[in-house]
Amino acid sequence: MRNNWDGIWLVARREFVDQFRDWRIIAPMIIMIGLFPFIADANTREAINFMNRYGGDLILERLVPFVVLVIGFFPLAFTLGVALEAFVGEKERGTIEPLLNSPLTDSQIYLGKLLVGIVTPLIASYLSTGLYLALLLRRAVAFPSAYILLLILLLTFAHAVLMVSSAIIISVQATSIRAANLLASFVVMPVAFILQGETTLIFWGDEEVLWYAIVAVTLLSGLLVRLGLAHFRREYLLGREIDTLNLKRLAHLFSDRFTGKAKGVFNWYREELPLTLAQLRTPLLIVITIGVVAVFASYGWTIVQIPAYITITPERAEELRAYALSNASSLEMISSQLPAPVLFYHNARAILAIFLLGIASFGVLGLGLFLVNVGLVGGVLGAAKLIGFSPLLTFFAGVAPHGVFELTAFFLATAAMVKAGAQLVTPQTERSMGETLIVSIVDWCRVFVGIVLPLLAVAAVIEIYATPYILKAAFGL
Amino acid sequence: MIEAYDLSKEFNGNFWAVEGVSLNVQAGQILALLGQNGAGKTTTVRMLNALLTPTRGWARVAGYDVIKNPQEVRSNVGVLTEQHGLYVRMTGDEYLDYFGRVYKLSAEKRKARAVYLLDYFGLTEAAKRRTGEYSKGMKQKLAMARALIHDPAVLLLDEPTSAMDPEASRLARDEIARLKSSQRTIVICTHNLVEAEALADHVAIIYRGKILLSGALDELKRQVLGAAEYEAEFAESYNAEALDLPAGVEIVARNATRLRFRIESPQTTNPNLVDALTSRGARVISFYEVPRTLEQVYLRTMERAQETTYAE
Ligand SMILES: Nc1ncnc2c1ncn2[C@@H]1O[C@H](COP(=O)(O)OP(=O)(O)O)[C@@H](O)[C@H]1O
Ligand SMILES: [Mg+2]
Repeated sequence: MRNNWDGIWLVARREFVDQFRDWRIIAPMIIMIGLFPFIADANTREAINFMNRYGGDLILERLVPFVVLVIGFFPLAFTLGVALEAFVGEKERGTIEPLLNSPLTDSQIYLGKLLVGIVTPLIASYLSTGLYLALLLRRAVAFPSAYILLLILLLTFAHAVLMVSSAIIISVQATSIRAANLLASFVVMPVAFILQGETTLIFWGDEEVLWYAIVAVTLLSGLLVRLGLAHFRREYLLGREIDTLNLKRLAHLFSDRFTGKAKGVFNWYREELPLTLAQLRTPLLIVITIGVVAVFASYGWTIVQIPAYITITPERAEELRAYALSNASSLEMISSQLPAPVLFYHNARAILAIFLLGIASFGVLGLGLFLVNVGLVGGVLGAAKLIGFSPLLTFFAGVAPHGVFELTAFFLATAAMVKAGAQLVTPQTERSMGETLIVSIVDWCRVFVGIVLPLLAVAAVIEIYATPYILKAAFGL
Repeated sequence: MIEAYDLSKEFNGNFWAVEGVSLNVQAGQILALLGQNGAGKTTTVRMLNALLTPTRGWARVAGYDVIKNPQEVRSNVGVLTEQHGLYVRMTGDEYLDYFGRVYKLSAEKRKARAVYLLDYFGLTEAAKRRTGEYSKGMKQKLAMARALIHDPAVLLLDEPTSAMDPEASRLARDEIARLKSSQRTIVICTHNLVEAEALADHVAIIYRGKILLSGALDELKRQVLGAAEYEAEFAESYNAEALDLPAGVEIVARNATRLRFRIESPQTTNPNLVDALTSRGARVISFYEVPRTLEQVYLRTMERAQETTYAE
C-alpha cells in the first residue's frame, strides 16, 4: 500500500511540477483565478446597489452562494486540459514509452495522472473562490454560512472529480490531443447542466438535496475511475492507429456478434440466444429480487402513507369504487383510444430508455427507472386495496394476464441492461473499450430483439383485447 | 538471460508484425537483431519487456515470464527506446533522479549512478539544463543513461547509436562491451552492421516479422557465405599449375602474384597448404584469411529472402 502510494505520488509530482513550467497552462490559470473574482465582485456591488433601492436583501443573500459556486466552476473547466492531455499528450510527444517500460503498475500511473488532474483544477478553483470571498468581506452583504461554504466546496470537489475522471478516460482512449480536446465539451456540458440544477436548489434554499448530489456525483466518479482502470492497457498507448472512424469495422463487429454462428433464425433461437440468456442468470436474480421488494415496498407505502394525506371515509371509498368500476365497464372501448401497436411502441420505448440511461451510468440510472416502473404496480395495487378491492384479485385479473409477458420482458431487458453496465466496468483483457461497449450493446440487442419485442407485442394485444374482459368478469360487471 | 519461443504479435486482428520468433541469449552475450525498417524489431523488444502481450508464444526475461510477471520483468530490464522520449522541461539531473525513483533506488544509489553515467557520457555540464535544449545525440546519450540507471541484468537497446556522432557512439559501444563482460544479457536492434559486428557474438536477421537466420556470427558466415577463403601473396609471379593441392582446398581466384583458396577446414589444412607452397619454391609475402563481414551475410540473406518473396 505504502509502495503503491509512492508510485502514484511520483507520477503526480513530476506532472505537477512540469505543468508549472508551461506557460500555456500557467497563463490561463492565473487569468482565471485572478480576473473572475473581481468581475463577479463588481457585479455583486451593482446588484447590492440595485437591491438596496428596492429592499431585496433576501435575494441577495441567496445570490452570493450561487456566485461562489459558479466562480469555482470556471477554473475547473479551463484547467481540464491537464487531465485531457495526461496520456494522449505524453503519447503524442513520445514520452510515454519510458514510463510504460518502468516497473510502475497500471494503477499507479493511472491514479497518479488522475491525482494531478484533480488537484490542479481544485487549487485554481479554491484560490479563485477564496479571492472572491475575500473581496466580498468589503461589501455590505451577509457572508455565507460555514455550512453553505462547506457544501459548496464539496460540490466543487465533486464536479472536479467527475470531470477529471471522465477526461482521463478520454485521454487514454483518444488518438490525438486534438481529438481529446474536441471531446472536452462532452465532459463540461453535462457538469454545467448539473451545476445549473444545483444553483437552482441553492437559490431556492433546498440545500439538503445537494448532499444527495454530492454523493451521487462522487459515486459516479468512482465508477468512472473503475471503468478507466479496467480498460487501461499499456498496449493501446503505443498504438499507431490514427483518428479514423471505421464504421465498416464497427458494423461488422456488431453483426458478427449479433448473429453469432447461427445459420438461420430458427437456429439462432435454438443455439445462440440461449448462450446470452444463460449469462443473464445472476443479473436476472438481482433484478427480480429488487423488483419484488419494490412492489411490496410501494404497496406498503401506499397503504400506510396515503391515508395520512387523504382521509378515505367509507362513503368516499364507495364513490371511488363506483367510479373505478364504471371506468372498467367501458374498458373494451380502450382499443379505439389506445390501439395495441401504440401501447407496444410505448413499452418498447420505455425499455429502450432504461437501457440508454443504464449504459450511460453503468446500470445505476437504468435501475432507478426500472424501480419507478415496478413501484407503480405496487402503488396501483395499494390504491385498489385502499378503496376496498382485493389486491390479489386486482393483480390476477388486471395485471397478470398481460403481465406474464410484459413483466417477463421488462425484467429480462433490465437484467440485460444491468449486465451490459457491469460489463463496461469489468476488466477486459482482450477487448478495447469501444469493442466492449459494442459487445455490451449487442448482447442487450439480442435479448431485446429476440425475446423482449415479441413478448411486448403479445402483451400489448392481451392488454388491450383480453384484460378488459377478464377484469369485468372478475369484478362481475 | 532471455529465452523466447514462438513469440508472435498480431495487430488489429489482421497483421502479423512478428511471427514465430525464438531466441536464446545467455548472460554475457550480445544478440544483434538486424532487419529493415518495419521488420518487427521494436515489436519484438516490446514483447520482451512485457509492454506488448504476445498474441502467441512466450518469453522468459531475467528469470520472469513476460505474461505472468510483467512487473518483475520491467524491474529487471533496461530499455533504450527507439525515440528517446525525454521530458523536455526537466533537466538532465532531474530526469535521471526521476527514473531512479521509479526504479526504487535509494537516494545514495540514485545520486551515485547519475553522477557516474552523466560523467561517462560527458553530460555533467549539460545536466543542469533542460533536456529540450539538448542536441539529438545528447538526448540519446541521456536516454541511454536512463536505461542504465538501475544497472539492469538485461538490456534491450533499440537503435542505440542512431543519432550519435562517432565519438559518442564509440563511448556507447565501449559501455555496452563493458556491460557484456560483467555478465549482462544484451539485445541490440540496429541497422549499423559494423557496430553489430563489433559488439555482437550472436546475430538474428528478421524479415517481415520472421527470423530468417540466427546463430553465432562465425557460424552464420560459414553458413551463408560458404567455406572460409584465404589469400596468398607472392614476391614474384608464381605458376600454380604444378601445385599439388591438399584435399579440401580449391582455387577460386588468381592473378600473377596472388592466389585465393576456398578451404573447408583451415585448422587442419592450412599448415599443409603453406608447406606445399613453400616446398614448390613460392616466395610468400603474406597468407591471410579474406575478411568477411556481417554486411555480406546480411545482404546475401536479404537478397535471397526477396527472391523467394517475389517468386511467391
Ligand atoms: N501498435 C501498432 N499497431 C499497428 N501496427 C504496428 C504497431 N506497432 C508496429 N506496427 C507495425 O508492425 C511492423 C513492425 O514494426 P516495428 O516492430 O516497429 O519494426 P522495426 O522496429 O523493425 O522497424 C510495422 O509494419 C509496423 O507498422
Ligand atoms: Mg524499430
